[in-house]
Amino acid sequence: MSNKATREALGTTLVELANEGVDVVAVEADLSKSTTTAKLGDAYPERLFNVGIAEANMIDVAAGLAVAGKVAFTGSFAVFATGRAYDQIRNTICYSSLDVKLTPTHAGITVGPDGGSHQMLEDIALMRVLPRMRVVVPADYNSAKAAIRLAAATPGPFYVRLGRVGGPQIHPDGFELELGIAYVLRDGTDVTLAACGVMVAEALVAADLLAAEGISAEVIDVASIKPLDGATLIESARKTGAVVTCEEHSIIGGLGSAVAELLAENAPTKMVRVGMNDIFGTSGEPAELMAHFGLTGADIAAAARRLREAT
Amino acid sequence: MSQRVFDSAFVEAKATRMRGDIVEMIAEAKSGHPGGSLSAADIVATLYFGGVLRHDPTNPQWPARDRFILSKGHAAPVLYSALAEAGYFGRDHLSTLRKLGSILQGHPDCQKCPGIEVSTGSLGQGLSISAGLAAGLRGGDHGEAAFGDRTVWCLMGDGEIQEGQVWEAAMFAAHEGLSNLVAIVDHNGLQIDGSCSEVMCLGTVANKFKAFDWHTIEVDGHDVVAVHAALEAARAHVDGPVVIIAHTIKGKGVSFMEGDAGWHGKAPSADQVAAALAELGLTEGSRT
Repeated sequence: MSNKATREALGTTLVELANEGVDVVAVEADLSKSTTTAKLGDAYPERLFNVGIAEANMIDVAAGLAVAGKVAFTGSFAVFATGRAYDQIRNTICYSSLDVKLTPTHAGITVGPDGGSHQMLEDIALMRVLPRMRVVVPADYNSAKAAIRLAAATPGPFYVRLGRVGGPQIHPDGFELELGIAYVLRDGTDVTLAACGVMVAEALVAADLLAAEGISAEVIDVASIKPLDGATLIESARKTGAVVTCEEHSIIGGLGSAVAELLAENAPTKMVRVGMNDIFGTSGEPAELMAHFGLTGADIAAAARRLREAT
Repeated sequence: MSQRVFDSAFVEAKATRMRGDIVEMIAEAKSGHPGGSLSAADIVATLYFGGVLRHDPTNPQWPARDRFILSKGHAAPVLYSALAEAGYFGRDHLSTLRKLGSILQGHPDCQKCPGIEVSTGSLGQGLSISAGLAAGLRGGDHGEAAFGDRTVWCLMGDGEIQEGQVWEAAMFAAHEGLSNLVAIVDHNGLQIDGSCSEVMCLGTVANKFKAFDWHTIEVDGHDVVAVHAALEAARAHVDGPVVIIAHTIKGKGVSFMEGDAGWHGKAPSADQVAAALAELGLTEGSRT
């Protein structure tokens, strides 16, 4: 995990957008250095509003800025920016269909030592059920930059899930993300590995492990969880007959649920959801936690093997 | 663009007409919130018909307009009546309140109704939204300074300020020095479960805002001359945000509703509508 974290894309991309003439502002809740929104404030002091430790106010101040015509991004950590301000997101941002882009960082167990209180594992579920909300989980720094640009360019509410730690580069420099498009990173015929966020890199590791055993795995980066790329996922599921979803999130309500809902109605397929199994996280280093909770490439490969044996 | 003149008799007549609308609309809908709509009628009438609010009903998106945010969204009937009177939509819509397919939802929906800047209804959020809006409308490098002073008016309930987020917003507005933000507290002293002092004591509301470094003005919320003076003074204030504590009577204008928390969220019967309209000097159905 040597490359830049997805959160590092936030401040940098906001400055780029401002430089390009986009009327972008950000509202932060005392975490501007961690989320990197401070970079926008350094370049354009009048564009960054720090509300202090007040996440509900952060969301609704952003709402007001959006009503004033701005493209308003919000910061803070995923656990506070979604859970603590859920009513504000639902009843103001989504119900009014405002140009507020929630881009919190420190999602998932890769937060590490801060522990379970700070490791948000339910945010995709919370955001996915909201009408008018779009949900994107970028896999790497380049994808995160693209996701932030996509959020700015797409009218209405938008959620981009960003993480604390870096990971391998998945997508090329200058990568452009499209809403509702899943990216087939590796073609395969025996099992589909549908992943998002940091788990895309793990799915690629799993595909290598499986290839060594003669199992051909198709790896799909499902960055756009809502809207979901139904066509690509259904086609892959029909081809392989076995789907493993991989997410650094609860297996309830996130990517796994979204894919299960899609396939159950359109192409019933044997599935395993790799993710956090209805539990909270705990303190530890990110890599230790990925192993502890069964989220590594080896764990995904094992799940794929079990699924194929059961098929 | 609305004419910016103040005629107290004109405003009072509008307020009376709005009170009649409120009673009739809620009766027709068979549900709604008369008490807090009636307590705010003189304030809303002074804003919309006393030459205070800069707006253009023929162009709801006029960039130079002031912004009015009804944070106490359950008082939607008072706003709907004002918007219809001002010409944002036909008065025939008033009888559709709370009905399937209506632009007049139970709580204001900006996606459906012209003249609504943002949807409200979940209490405690309007002041934050208004503060963000005021910050976004300020002159500056990326503001629309050409439009000059656009004031954001935020009407809150008094029970509503029990929501902690109100004080997050109060701190933010003072910190940002938002001189173009005016909050108005409709201080009728009652909430759903009874008097505010019994449910969760508000203490001295002005002192609480003073503690957050707001300029405060106290006014009789049913004296339109005083309300007008307070609103204009608040707009003219240049040193940070202003709150007007408007002392009001819940259900004002309909004697059997006045000061009774039971009329927070209850529809009047046909007989009660007739009695209310008679008391207001209005004839039933005369406004549609």
